[in-house]
Amino acid sequence: MSTHTKQQRPWSLSKGAVNGALVLVTVYTLLPLGWLLTASAKNTPDLVGGNPLTLGNVHLGRNLHDLATADGGIYWRWYLNSLLYAGGGALLCAFICVCAGYAFEVYRFRGKEQLFGLVLVGVLVPTTALALPMYLLASKVGIVNTFWAVFIPSLVFPFGVYLSRIFVAGYVPGEVLEAARMDGAGELRTFWSIGLRMVTPGFVTVFLFQFTAIWNNFFLPLVMLSNTELFPVSLGLYSWNAQTHSFPDFYPLVVTGSLLAVLPLVVAFVALQRHWKAGLTAGSVK
Amino acid sequence: MIDSATRTTATRTAATSRAANVRRRGRNGAPALLIAPFFVLFTATMLVPIGYAVYLSLFTERRSGLGFGEPETVLTGLANYGRALTDPAYRDGYLTIAQYCLLYIPVMIGLSLAVALLLDSVLARAKRFLQLALFLPHAVPGIIAALVWTYLYTPGISPVLDALNSAGAQLDVLGHPLPAVVNMAVWEWTGYNMIIFFAALQAVPREVLEAAVVDGAGALRTAFSIKIPLIKASIVMVGLFTVIGSLQLFTEPMILRGASPGVTSTWTPNMYAYTAAFERNDYGLAAAASVLLALAAALLSFIVTRATRARSERRTEAAR
Repeated sequence: MSTHTKQQRPWSLSKGAVNGALVLVTVYTLLPLGWLLTASAKNTPDLVGGNPLTLGNVHLGRNLHDLATADGGIYWRWYLNSLLYAGGGALLCAFICVCAGYAFEVYRFRGKEQLFGLVLVGVLVPTTALALPMYLLASKVGIVNTFWAVFIPSLVFPFGVYLSRIFVAGYVPGEVLEAARMDGAGELRTFWSIGLRMVTPGFVTVFLFQFTAIWNNFFLPLVMLSNTELFPVSLGLYSWNAQTHSFPDFYPLVVTGSLLAVLPLVVAFVALQRHWKAGLTAGSVK
Repeated sequence: MIDSATRTTATRTAATSRAANVRRRGRNGAPALLIAPFFVLFTATMLVPIGYAVYLSLFTERRSGLGFGEPETVLTGLANYGRALTDPAYRDGYLTIAQYCLLYIPVMIGLSLAVALLLDSVLARAKRFLQLALFLPHAVPGIIAALVWTYLYTPGISPVLDALNSAGAQLDVLGHPLPAVVNMAVWEWTGYNMIIFFAALQAVPREVLEAAVVDGAGALRTAFSIKIPLIKASIVMVGLFTVIGSLQLFTEPMILRGASPGVTSTWTPNMYAYTAAFERNDYGLAAAASVLLALAAALLSFIVTRATRARSERRTEAAR
């Protein structure tokens, strides 16, 4: 099919120019990641001196060892924290979003469209501008500098509710729900064993989006946390980077630590391609 | 991709038609129970903080004479807003954002649109690889992207600058923070938005494109007169989210600040609010600056959605 349409199109741009442009964009995109990969195998003098990586000069093992032992192994603590904030937060958040999205799609109740309108307004609220007000409130309530100060805000994802509603509309046929009710299943039972199960692809999409958002979040933990034991990786790397000026030995730690912090997301995105594409598509075809 | 794009459009119509028959009446217990967790959290983390910030912005903490003794909290009405708005540093923050948008939005949207259009013409396997490769920056936390680029801007560490240097070209990136930050953002968001445009392009009916070819339109002509107008809604949506995101600019300049003296502690409105809260301990001012920023974002999205809705309504009326 593609060759057929291609023959019909009189391309005024040459094939070579198109491919050249795409290669250029790809190189631009992959260059920083490639640099990160090679830089994390360099020792401090090679890194700061900008020397190219040679076979005789690979220090990746050494860097990983330094990373694991720096400040009493606090990097793994940060990593674990990030997994907990992002993994636990996104899992619970996706569940909350699917619950709400399901209710919006399946039921009719008073004030429904107004409530959904509120969700859509929430999509547009700038999250970073919200972090400071959240901090002010959290310090009033007294949960600043605790796990919950970062965890609770990450459970709220209005766009996830919007996505969930679309996914429920697409994946959960009304007839199936009706049949379950005919068989005498209660509303919550129907949701739990049929609705939730059928909308699993949507659940994964919302989870993936929110996992990325929490893992990448920087402003919220920055304002909320001062105890280094509670830091996520992003904030930990920031605090180390601030010291590189006085102590260049922190450079390899920051670089290798960054590489490890990028890995889980890259793996997740490569493995779950179908899901993030579905999410982006659903978001764009409004 | 084609499959998912058409499916979502199909589900939208399915959703509206289903609304007519399968809805449950009465039995409000279940929907309330399912919706409650979201709205409780939504209220606690969005509505209440905004309300509290508005409340705090009306007060100012005053310390007596030498700063000893209990600070006194005084109701000062809109004085904090006045202080923020008359502070040149705060206004300069918006100026920075405006300049940033002028440079960033055309470059990023132009590039992602161009790549999405070009991607249409390559082989299927290359298409999949390119989509994944260009999307990867989105998987990189903003702070790490900023760190890596800052290293790539630093002479001595950066292989790119060294290569340019030996070719005789001196590039002082750290001396120009605005394009430096714009480049970071372009790198982070081009692939993401390209996927959105590409998906929208897949939904353009084939017959329309074939008709254009039959009428003798070339590739460029088809792109500019047919494809781009047809995915205008996606472009506007991406533009809107980009402007809202730009207003909140914080992470990238915060990281760049360590290496580039041109980035002040109040370079963007968000940095201003952060500095007010944590360096000057002036919560009233910080709250006012945050509320103003949220208002600016709300106003902007209101104007954009209003303008585009009015235009599309006019178009449907014209079509009738």
